[in-house]
Amino acid sequence: MMRWNLNSMPLYAAAYLAVFVAAYPNGFRSTLGTQIDLLPPLVVYCALQSKWTTLAGITIFGGYLFDSLSANPLGLTTASLFVSGCVIRVNRETILRDQTFAQLVIGFMASLATPLVSLLLLWLLGRPPLTGFGSIWQLVSTALLGALATPVLFGTFERIKRKLNFRPVPESSFRADREIKRRRA
Amino acid sequence: MLKRPYLIAFTSVLLVVLSGFCLPRNTTSQIKLALRDFFLPILGLVHSTETVLSKGRDSIIPRSVLLSRMRELLAQNQELTLHMMQSTQLWQENQRLREALDWAPKSPWTLKPANVILRDPASWWRTIQIDLGTMDGVRTNMPVLTDAGLIGKIEQVGRRSSLVLLIGDPQCPVSASVKKNSTSELAAYGMIKGSSAHILDPSLVRLTMVDRQTRVEPGDAVETSGLGPVFPKGIPIGRIIDTNTANFGPLYEAQITLAANLRKLESVWVLFP
Repeated sequence: MMRWNLNSMPLYAAAYLAVFVAAYPNGFRSTLGTQIDLLPPLVVYCALQSKWTTLAGITIFGGYLFDSLSANPLGLTTASLFVSGCVIRVNRETILRDQTFAQLVIGFMASLATPLVSLLLLWLLGRPPLTGFGSIWQLVSTALLGALATPVLFGTFERIKRKLNFRPVPESSFRADREIKRRRA
Repeated sequence: MLKRPYLIAFTSVLLVVLSGFCLPRNTTSQIKLALRDFFLPILGLVHSTETVLSKGRDSIIPRSVLLSRMRELLAQNQELTLHMMQSTQLWQENQRLREALDWAPKSPWTLKPANVILRDPASWWRTIQIDLGTMDGVRTNMPVLTDAGLIGKIEQVGRRSSLVLLIGDPQCPVSASVKKNSTSELAAYGMIKGSSAHILDPSLVRLTMVDRQTRVEPGDAVETSGLGPVFPKGIPIGRIIDTNTANFGPLYEAQITLAANLRKLESVWVLFP
Protein backbone atom coordinates (compact mmCIF):
# COMPACT_ATOMS: atom_id res chain seq x y z
CA MET A 1 0.00 0.00 0.00
CA MET A 2 2.72 2.39 0.96
CA ARG A 3 5.57 2.92 -1.44
CA TRP A 4 8.98 2.53 0.18
CA ASN A 5 11.94 3.73 -1.73
CA LEU A 6 15.56 4.50 -1.01
CA ASN A 7 14.91 8.23 -0.71
CA SER A 8 12.50 7.81 2.19
CA MET A 9 14.75 5.50 4.22
CA PRO A 10 16.89 8.37 5.63
CA LEU A 11 13.65 10.05 6.70
CA TYR A 12 12.60 6.99 8.71
CA ALA A 13 16.08 6.75 10.23
CA ALA A 14 15.86 10.44 11.13
CA ALA A 15 12.43 9.91 12.74
CA TYR A 16 13.90 7.11 14.86
CA LEU A 17 16.82 9.29 15.94
CA ALA A 18 14.52 12.27 16.56
CA VAL A 19 12.42 10.27 19.01
CA PHE A 20 15.53 8.98 20.75
CA VAL A 21 16.93 12.52 21.09
CA ALA A 22 13.60 13.75 22.51
CA ALA A 23 13.65 11.02 25.15
CA TYR A 24 17.36 11.18 25.96
CA PRO A 25 17.75 12.10 29.66
CA ASN A 26 20.47 14.74 29.14
CA GLY A 27 20.56 17.68 26.77
CA PHE A 28 18.38 20.79 26.78
CA ARG A 29 16.04 19.34 29.42
CA SER A 30 18.13 20.38 32.42
CA THR A 31 18.60 23.97 31.19
CA LEU A 32 15.36 24.81 29.33
CA GLY A 33 13.00 22.51 31.20
CA THR A 34 12.05 20.87 27.91
CA GLN A 35 13.72 18.78 25.24
CA ILE A 36 14.17 19.43 21.53
CA ASP A 37 11.56 17.64 19.40
CA LEU A 38 12.79 17.07 15.84
CA LEU A 39 9.68 15.28 14.59
CA PRO A 40 7.74 18.45 13.60
CA PRO A 41 10.67 19.81 11.51
CA LEU A 42 10.93 16.40 9.87
CA VAL A 43 7.22 16.47 9.07
CA VAL A 44 7.68 19.96 7.58
CA TYR A 45 10.35 18.57 5.28
CA CYS A 46 8.17 15.59 4.31
CA ALA A 47 5.14 17.80 3.68
CA LEU A 48 7.09 20.16 1.43
CA GLN A 49 9.41 17.78 -0.38
CA SER A 50 7.89 14.28 -0.31
CA LYS A 51 4.79 12.41 -1.34
CA TRP A 52 1.60 12.03 0.65
CA THR A 53 2.44 8.39 1.39
CA THR A 54 5.86 9.28 2.79
CA LEU A 55 4.26 11.96 4.96
CA ALA A 56 1.77 9.42 6.30
CA GLY A 57 4.49 6.82 6.84
CA ILE A 58 6.72 9.21 8.78
CA THR A 59 3.87 10.46 10.97
CA ILE A 60 2.75 6.89 11.76
CA PHE A 61 6.27 5.58 12.38
CA GLY A 62 7.55 8.60 14.32
CA GLY A 63 4.30 9.13 16.22
CA TYR A 64 4.03 5.54 17.38
CA LEU A 65 7.68 5.46 18.47
CA PHE A 66 7.21 8.76 20.33
CA ASP A 67 4.09 7.51 22.12
CA SER A 68 5.75 4.20 23.00
CA LEU A 69 8.27 6.08 25.15
CA SER A 70 5.66 8.40 26.59
CA ALA A 71 2.54 8.17 28.74
CA ASN A 72 0.55 9.51 25.76
CA PRO A 73 -2.23 7.32 24.37
CA LEU A 74 -0.94 5.40 21.36
CA GLY A 75 -1.62 7.33 18.15
CA LEU A 76 -1.86 10.78 19.73
CA THR A 77 1.41 12.11 18.30
CA THR A 78 0.63 10.53 14.92
CA ALA A 79 -2.62 12.49 14.79
CA SER A 80 -1.06 15.82 15.78
CA LEU A 81 1.90 15.40 13.42
CA PHE A 82 -0.39 14.51 10.52
CA VAL A 83 -2.62 17.52 11.15
CA SER A 84 0.43 19.83 10.99
CA GLY A 85 1.76 17.99 7.95
CA CYS A 86 -1.57 18.14 6.11
CA VAL A 87 -1.93 21.91 6.60
CA ILE A 88 1.57 22.48 5.19
CA ARG A 89 1.14 19.96 2.38
CA VAL A 90 -2.13 21.48 1.19
CA ASN A 91 -0.55 24.95 1.09
CA ARG A 92 2.84 23.92 -0.20
CA GLU A 93 2.46 25.61 -3.58
CA THR A 94 2.24 28.96 -1.82
CA ILE A 95 5.28 28.39 0.42
CA LEU A 96 8.74 29.48 -0.68
CA ARG A 97 10.22 26.21 0.51
CA ASP A 98 13.78 26.93 -0.63
CA GLN A 99 14.03 30.12 1.45
CA THR A 100 15.68 29.71 4.85
CA PHE A 101 13.37 32.29 6.44
CA ALA A 102 10.28 30.44 5.20
CA GLN A 103 11.69 27.19 6.59
CA LEU A 104 12.31 28.88 9.96
CA VAL A 105 8.76 30.24 10.14
CA ILE A 106 7.12 26.99 9.03
CA GLY A 107 9.33 25.03 11.44
CA PHE A 108 8.31 27.33 14.30
CA MET A 109 4.62 27.07 13.46
CA ALA A 110 4.70 23.28 13.13
CA SER A 111 6.73 22.82 16.33
CA LEU A 112 4.22 25.00 18.18
CA ALA A 113 1.09 23.54 16.61
CA THR A 114 1.98 19.85 17.07
CA PRO A 115 2.14 19.86 20.90
CA LEU A 116 -0.90 22.17 21.02
CA VAL A 117 -2.95 19.69 18.97
CA SER A 118 -1.67 16.88 21.21
CA LEU A 119 -2.77 18.79 24.32
CA LEU A 120 -6.16 19.51 22.79
CA LEU A 121 -6.64 15.82 21.93
CA LEU A 122 -5.61 14.80 25.45
CA TRP A 123 -8.26 17.13 26.90
CA LEU A 124 -10.83 15.74 24.45
CA LEU A 125 -9.88 12.14 25.36
CA GLY A 126 -10.43 12.90 29.05
CA ARG A 127 -6.80 12.53 30.08
CA PRO A 128 -5.88 16.04 31.21
CA PRO A 129 -2.09 16.49 31.28
CA LEU A 130 -0.07 18.51 33.77
CA THR A 131 -0.07 22.02 32.34
CA GLY A 132 0.31 25.55 33.70
CA PHE A 133 1.89 28.89 32.87
CA GLY A 134 5.28 27.15 32.69
CA SER A 135 3.94 25.13 29.77
CA ILE A 136 3.92 28.32 27.64
CA TRP A 137 7.68 28.62 28.11
CA GLN A 138 8.11 24.92 27.29
CA LEU A 139 6.00 25.22 24.12
CA VAL A 140 7.74 28.37 22.91
CA SER A 141 11.25 27.07 23.60
CA THR A 142 10.43 23.78 21.86
CA ALA A 143 9.06 25.72 18.90
CA LEU A 144 12.19 27.91 18.73
CA LEU A 145 14.46 24.87 18.81
CA GLY A 146 12.30 23.24 16.14
CA ALA A 147 12.47 26.39 14.01
CA LEU A 148 16.27 26.41 14.19
CA ALA A 149 16.43 22.72 13.35
CA THR A 150 14.21 22.99 10.24
CA PRO A 151 16.71 24.67 7.83
CA VAL A 152 19.43 22.34 9.11
CA LEU A 153 17.24 19.32 8.30
CA PHE A 154 16.41 20.73 4.88
CA GLY A 155 20.09 21.21 4.07
CA THR A 156 21.04 17.76 5.33
CA PHE A 157 18.29 15.92 3.47
CA GLU A 158 18.88 17.78 0.23
CA ARG A 159 22.52 16.71 0.43
CA ILE A 160 21.52 13.09 1.14
CA LYS A 161 19.03 13.20 -1.70
CA ARG A 162 21.71 14.36 -4.11
CA LYS A 163 24.01 11.55 -2.96
CA LEU A 164 21.36 8.84 -3.28
CA ASN A 165 19.86 9.88 -6.61
CA PHE A 166 21.42 9.51 -10.04
CA ARG A 167 23.29 12.55 -11.19
CA PRO A 168 21.30 14.52 -13.76
CA VAL A 169 22.63 13.92 -17.24
CA PRO A 170 24.19 17.14 -18.54
CA GLU A 171 22.15 18.40 -21.45
CA SER A 172 23.92 18.83 -24.73
CA SER A 173 23.70 22.17 -26.47
CA PHE A 174 23.05 20.30 -29.71
CA ARG A 175 19.55 20.79 -31.08
CA ALA A 176 18.49 18.81 -34.10
CA ASP A 177 16.11 21.49 -35.32
CA ARG A 178 18.91 24.03 -35.49
CA GLU A 179 21.38 21.84 -37.32
CA ILE A 180 22.62 23.44 -40.47
CA LYS A 181 22.06 21.01 -43.21
CA ARG A 182 24.86 21.22 -45.67
CA ARG A 183 23.97 20.13 -49.11
CA ARG A 184 25.52 20.50 -52.42
CA ALA A 185 24.23 23.44 -54.32
CA MET B 1 -9.56 5.85 -5.02
CA LEU B 2 -6.11 4.24 -5.08
CA LYS B 3 -5.01 6.80 -7.64
CA ARG B 4 -5.46 9.56 -5.07
CA PRO B 5 -2.46 9.34 -2.71
CA TYR B 6 -3.88 11.83 -0.21
CA LEU B 7 -6.87 9.54 0.34
CA ILE B 8 -4.56 6.58 0.99
CA ALA B 9 -2.47 8.65 3.40
CA PHE B 10 -5.48 10.08 5.20
CA THR B 11 -7.22 6.68 5.52
CA SER B 12 -4.12 4.87 6.76
CA VAL B 13 -3.37 7.55 9.38
CA LEU B 14 -6.99 7.59 10.50
CA LEU B 15 -7.03 3.79 10.87
CA VAL B 16 -3.77 3.77 12.81
CA VAL B 17 -4.86 6.61 15.13
CA LEU B 18 -8.31 5.16 15.78
CA SER B 19 -6.90 1.69 16.45
CA GLY B 20 -4.44 3.25 18.92
CA PHE B 21 -7.24 5.10 20.70
CA CYS B 22 -9.81 2.27 20.68
CA LEU B 23 -7.69 -0.75 21.55
CA PRO B 24 -7.83 -1.97 25.16
CA ARG B 25 -5.25 -0.51 27.52
CA ASN B 26 -3.44 -3.84 27.95
CA THR B 27 -3.06 -4.26 24.20
CA THR B 28 -1.70 -0.76 23.70
CA SER B 29 0.72 -1.35 26.58
CA GLN B 30 1.97 -4.50 24.84
CA ILE B 31 2.39 -2.60 21.56
CA LYS B 32 4.27 0.16 23.37
CA LEU B 33 6.58 -2.35 25.03
CA ALA B 34 7.27 -4.01 21.69
CA LEU B 35 8.03 -0.66 20.06
CA ARG B 36 10.28 0.31 22.96
CA ASP B 37 12.54 -2.62 22.11
CA PHE B 38 13.39 -0.82 18.86
CA PHE B 39 15.53 1.49 20.96
CA LEU B 40 17.66 -1.24 22.55
CA PRO B 41 20.40 -1.12 19.85
CA ILE B 42 20.84 2.65 20.09
CA LEU B 43 20.70 2.52 23.89
CA GLY B 44 23.43 -0.10 23.84
CA LEU B 45 25.49 2.05 21.50
CA VAL B 46 25.07 5.16 23.66
CA HIS B 47 25.86 3.19 26.82
CA SER B 48 29.06 1.77 25.28
CA THR B 49 30.11 5.24 24.10
CA GLU B 50 29.47 6.73 27.53
CA THR B 51 31.44 3.90 29.17
CA VAL B 52 34.40 4.47 26.86
CA LEU B 53 34.28 8.23 27.47
CA SER B 54 34.04 7.84 31.24
CA LYS B 55 36.95 5.38 31.18
CA GLY B 56 38.93 7.93 29.22
CA ARG B 57 38.03 10.65 31.75
CA ASP B 58 38.90 8.36 34.67
CA SER B 59 42.30 7.53 33.24
CA ILE B 60 43.42 11.16 33.35
CA ILE B 61 42.43 11.85 36.98
CA PRO B 62 45.63 12.51 38.99
CA ARG B 63 46.70 9.89 41.51
CA SER B 64 46.69 12.41 44.39
CA VAL B 65 43.00 13.20 43.78
CA LEU B 66 42.15 9.50 43.71
CA LEU B 67 44.03 8.87 46.95
CA SER B 68 42.31 11.74 48.75
CA ARG B 69 38.91 10.51 47.52
CA MET B 70 39.77 7.01 48.71
CA ARG B 71 40.65 8.34 52.18
CA GLU B 72 37.33 10.22 52.32
CA LEU B 73 35.42 7.11 51.28
CA LEU B 74 37.23 4.96 53.84
CA ALA B 75 36.28 7.40 56.60
CA GLN B 76 32.69 7.46 55.35
CA ASN B 77 32.68 3.67 55.18
CA GLN B 78 33.77 3.38 58.83
CA GLU B 79 31.09 5.87 59.87
CA LEU B 80 28.41 3.95 57.94
CA THR B 81 29.55 0.63 59.41
CA LEU B 82 29.04 2.06 62.89
CA HIS B 83 25.60 3.37 61.89
CA MET B 84 24.72 -0.03 60.48
CA MET B 85 25.72 -1.78 63.69
CA GLN B 86 23.57 0.60 65.65
CA SER B 87 20.68 0.15 63.19
CA THR B 88 20.95 -3.63 63.37
CA GLN B 89 20.73 -3.50 67.16
CA LEU B 90 17.72 -1.18 66.94
CA TRP B 91 16.11 -3.42 64.33
CA GLN B 92 16.55 -6.51 66.49
CA GLU B 93 15.18 -4.67 69.49
CA ASN B 94 12.23 -3.50 67.41
CA GLN B 95 11.52 -7.04 66.24
CA ARG B 96 11.68 -8.38 69.84
CA LEU B 97 9.27 -5.67 71.04
CA ARG B 98 6.93 -6.41 68.13
CA GLU B 99 6.93 -10.06 69.04
CA ALA B 100 6.30 -9.22 72.69
CA LEU B 101 3.37 -6.99 71.75
CA ASP B 102 2.13 -9.54 69.22
CA TRP B 103 2.41 -7.07 66.33
CA ALA B 104 3.02 -8.22 62.77
CA PRO B 105 6.77 -8.45 62.11
CA LYS B 106 8.22 -5.81 59.81
CA SER B 107 10.30 -7.15 56.96
CA PRO B 108 13.35 -5.14 55.79
CA TRP B 109 13.29 -3.44 52.39
CA THR B 110 14.63 -5.40 49.45
CA LEU B 111 16.04 -3.00 46.92
CA LYS B 112 17.40 -3.48 43.42
CA PRO B 113 19.45 -0.78 41.68
CA ALA B 114 18.44 0.47 38.23
CA ASN B 115 19.71 3.06 35.77
CA VAL B 116 17.54 5.72 34.15
CA ILE B 117 17.80 5.15 30.41
CA LEU B 118 15.18 7.48 28.92
CA ARG B 119 12.74 10.22 29.93
CA ASP B 120 9.26 11.02 28.69
CA PRO B 121 9.65 12.92 25.39
CA ALA B 122 6.40 14.80 26.09
CA SER B 123 6.84 17.65 28.53
CA TRP B 124 3.35 17.26 30.07
CA TRP B 125 3.97 13.85 31.67
CA ARG B 126 6.52 12.90 34.28
CA THR B 127 7.82 9.44 33.50
CA ILE B 128 11.19 7.75 33.11
CA GLN B 129 12.41 4.43 31.73
CA ILE B 130 14.69 2.21 33.81
CA ASP B 131 16.77 -0.78 32.76
CA LEU B 132 15.01 -3.40 34.90
CA GLY B 133 12.14 -5.53 33.63
CA THR B 134 10.29 -8.78 34.13
CA MET B 135 13.55 -10.70 33.74
CA ASP B 136 14.71 -8.98 36.95
CA GLY B 137 11.47 -9.71 38.78
CA VAL B 138 9.98 -6.22 38.45
CA ARG B 139 6.17 -5.96 38.51
CA THR B 140 3.74 -3.08 38.13
CA ASN B 141 3.07 -0.78 41.10
CA MET B 142 6.43 -1.41 42.77
CA PRO B 143 7.72 1.75 44.48
CA VAL B 144 10.82 3.42 43.07
CA LEU B 145 13.10 5.57 45.20
CA THR B 146 16.51 7.17 45.45
CA ASP B 147 18.73 7.43 48.51
CA ALA B 148 16.93 10.71 49.28
CA GLY B 149 13.35 9.47 49.08
CA LEU B 150 10.42 8.25 47.02
CA ILE B 151 10.22 9.20 43.33
CA GLY B 152 7.35 7.13 41.93
CA LYS B 153 6.04 3.70 40.99
CA ILE B 154 6.37 1.17 38.17
CA GLU B 155 3.59 1.59 35.59
CA GLN B 156 4.52 -0.73 32.69
CA VAL B 157 7.03 -3.56 32.67
CA GLY B 158 8.83 -4.91 29.64
CA ARG B 159 11.35 -7.74 29.51
CA ARG B 160 14.38 -5.54 30.07
CA SER B 161 12.94 -2.11 30.82
CA SER B 162 10.10 -0.51 32.78
CA LEU B 163 8.17 2.74 32.73
CA VAL B 164 8.17 4.64 36.03
CA LEU B 165 5.52 7.25 36.85
CA LEU B 166 7.13 10.01 38.88
CA ILE B 167 5.51 11.85 41.78
CA GLY B 168 3.69 14.85 40.35
CA ASP B 169 2.41 13.03 37.28
CA PRO B 170 -1.40 13.23 37.08
CA GLN B 171 -1.56 9.41 37.03
CA CYS B 172 0.56 9.00 40.18
CA PRO B 173 -1.16 10.36 43.29
CA VAL B 174 0.55 9.35 46.55
CA SER B 175 -1.12 9.05 49.94
CA ALA B 176 1.14 10.85 52.42
CA SER B 177 1.35 11.66 56.09
CA VAL B 178 2.96 14.73 57.66
CA LYS B 179 5.10 14.46 60.77
CA LYS B 180 5.92 17.40 63.01
CA ASN B 181 9.49 18.51 62.59
CA SER B 182 10.05 19.01 66.32
CA THR B 183 8.22 16.07 67.88
CA SER B 184 7.98 13.55 64.97
CA GLU B 185 4.28 13.18 65.81
CA LEU B 186 1.74 12.53 63.09
CA ALA B 187 0.24 15.88 62.12
CA ALA B 188 -1.98 15.22 59.09
CA TYR B 189 -2.79 13.07 56.11
CA GLY B 190 -3.06 14.20 52.51
CA MET B 191 -2.73 13.29 48.85
CA ILE B 192 0.30 14.37 46.82
CA LYS B 193 -0.42 15.65 43.32
CA GLY B 194 1.47 17.60 40.66
CA SER B 195 1.51 21.38 40.83
CA SER B 196 0.44 23.22 37.69
CA ALA B 197 2.01 26.38 39.11
CA HIS B 198 5.47 24.78 39.09
CA ILE B 199 5.65 23.02 35.75
CA LEU B 200 9.30 23.90 35.25
CA ASP B 201 10.35 22.70 38.70
CA PRO B 202 9.39 19.03 39.14
CA SER B 203 10.66 19.01 42.73
CA LEU B 204 7.66 21.12 43.87
CA VAL B 205 4.35 19.29 44.33
CA ARG B 206 1.08 19.86 46.23
CA LEU B 207 -0.21 18.09 49.31
CA THR B 208 -3.97 18.23 48.79
CA MET B 209 -6.97 17.21 50.87
CA VAL B 210 -5.41 18.16 54.21
CA ASP B 211 -8.04 18.35 56.94
CA ARG B 212 -8.54 21.93 58.17
CA GLN B 213 -8.74 20.63 61.73
CA THR B 214 -5.11 19.57 61.50
CA ARG B 215 -2.16 21.92 61.24
CA VAL B 216 1.00 21.52 59.16
CA GLU B 217 3.89 23.96 59.14
CA PRO B 218 6.87 24.66 56.91
CA GLY B 219 9.67 22.26 57.72
CA ASP B 220 7.40 19.34 58.62
CA ALA B 221 8.48 16.02 57.12
CA VAL B 222 6.26 14.23 54.59
CA GLU B 223 6.39 10.47 54.10
CA THR B 224 4.21 7.74 52.64
CA SER B 225 1.23 6.97 54.85
CA GLY B 226 0.91 3.31 53.91
CA LEU B 227 -2.84 3.77 53.47
CA GLY B 228 -2.85 2.93 49.76
CA PRO B 229 -2.07 -0.45 48.25
CA VAL B 230 1.11 0.66 46.46
CA PHE B 231 3.51 2.44 48.79
CA PRO B 232 4.56 0.98 52.16
CA LYS B 233 4.53 3.24 55.17
CA GLY B 234 7.45 5.43 56.10
CA ILE B 235 9.26 6.17 52.82
CA PRO B 236 10.47 9.79 53.02
CA ILE B 237 8.99 12.07 50.34
CA GLY B 238 9.99 15.63 51.22
CA ARG B 239 9.24 18.66 53.38
CA ILE B 240 6.45 21.21 53.66
CA ILE B 241 7.57 24.61 52.43
CA ASP B 242 4.29 26.54 52.42
CA THR B 243 0.63 26.16 53.32
CA ASN B 244 -2.39 27.64 51.58
CA THR B 245 -5.16 27.96 54.13
CA ALA B 246 -6.83 30.92 52.42
CA ASN B 247 -9.42 28.80 50.60
CA PHE B 248 -12.71 28.12 52.34
CA GLY B 249 -13.96 24.60 52.96
CA PRO B 250 -13.01 21.69 55.16
CA LEU B 251 -9.75 20.98 53.30
CA TYR B 252 -6.62 22.93 52.41
CA GLU B 253 -3.38 22.48 50.49
CA ALA B 254 0.34 22.70 51.20
CA GLN B 255 3.42 22.98 48.99
CA ILE B 256 6.06 20.29 49.27
CA THR B 257 9.62 20.20 48.05
CA LEU B 258 10.60 16.64 47.22
CA ALA B 259 13.65 15.13 48.88
CA ALA B 260 14.76 13.44 45.65
CA ASN B 261 16.02 15.60 42.79
CA LEU B 262 13.77 14.61 39.87
CA ARG B 263 15.76 16.72 37.41
CA LYS B 264 18.95 14.74 37.77
CA LEU B 265 17.91 11.14 38.09
CA GLU B 266 20.62 8.75 36.98
CA SER B 267 20.31 5.72 39.22
CA VAL B 268 17.30 4.65 41.28
CA TRP B 269 16.19 1.75 43.47
CA VAL B 270 13.17 -0.47 42.94
CA LEU B 271 11.59 -1.58 46.20
CA PHE B 272 10.61 -5.25 46.15
CA PRO B 273 7.90 -6.49 48.54
